[in-house]
Amino acid sequence: MSINPRSNPIDRTALSVAFTVGLYGAAFGAAGVTAGFSIIQTCLLSLLLFSGASQFAVVGIMGAGGGAISAIATATLLGFRNALYGLQMAPILKVKGIKRILAAQITIDESTAVATLQENDADRKRGFYITGIGVYVFWNLFTFLGALGASAIGDPSVWGLDAAVPAAFCGLIWPRLKNKTQFIVSAAGISWALILTPLTPAGVPIITTVLLAIIFGWKK
Amino acid sequence: MSQIWIAVIGASVTAFLNKYFGHSVPEKWLDKPRFKRINTLVPIVLLSALVGVQTFADKKELVIDQRLAGVGVALIALKFKAPFPVVVVSAAITSAAIYNWF
Repeated sequence: MSINPRSNPIDRTALSVAFTVGLYGAAFGAAGVTAGFSIIQTCLLSLLLFSGASQFAVVGIMGAGGGAISAIATATLLGFRNALYGLQMAPILKVKGIKRILAAQITIDESTAVATLQENDADRKRGFYITGIGVYVFWNLFTFLGALGASAIGDPSVWGLDAAVPAAFCGLIWPRLKNKTQFIVSAAGISWALILTPLTPAGVPIITTVLLAIIFGWKK
Repeated sequence: MSQIWIAVIGASVTAFLNKYFGHSVPEKWLDKPRFKRINTLVPIVLLSALVGVQTFADKKELVIDQRLAGVGVALIALKFKAPFPVVVVSAAITSAAIYNWF
């Protein structure tokens, strides 16, 4: 397969998505180091976990003093949407063995989104792989640069990194808020977490908001 | 092994299992409207909770400091459809300015 962003519109979309999303990787790299992760630990999350929201959740919870269990549980719940993407992509990709393992690893928001924008299965496949691999490359590259940059900085507050991390989360939530109910659910999630913060161990205020998702999502 | 290492490895394993699971089960397993509704809301509540905690929490206390100003600017930037790097950098600059000058 040769990639040609000049003449092929799928390649163009895929690569511009990959590069833009990859840039967020710098925010993640900085967040990881700010939360007390080493550069290697931060980079391993991008290489192995490779799902932005879950990665931010892991460093966010550990950085706030939470335990590994609540970090893992929160990241796992956040990553469950990737299972749904896999479900959607499997009949199109039709891969087995090692190829399925590789396809699974790059099954994320962006690769699935670019694939679903296409008109036929051949184009969906192309969109999925170029976006997925492209995001993987740029995300990991920028994670490393962000982590390196942040580790050169002493106090994260001096550079505003303490606000950059929640701002990055806002950027992840914003496109998901499409109607009034979702705004209310978001506000409920914030309130719940803040009420529990002084009362429970770190991490608990976050993972328990899943109850709100169940309550609000139970009835149509 | 430190808690951070456990979190890094554990969360990486479950993330992969999530992804691989989706590629390997019959579609009807997860094709339930209630389940899909809840699953759409899960990222919203978890990420919102994280925004709340990271903006207001200092260990177990709730405080109002430079971070709130930064997040406020980020929300304004998002409202005006600014690209992600602009959102993050404008939040950082705002927060840093307040932290360093007041």
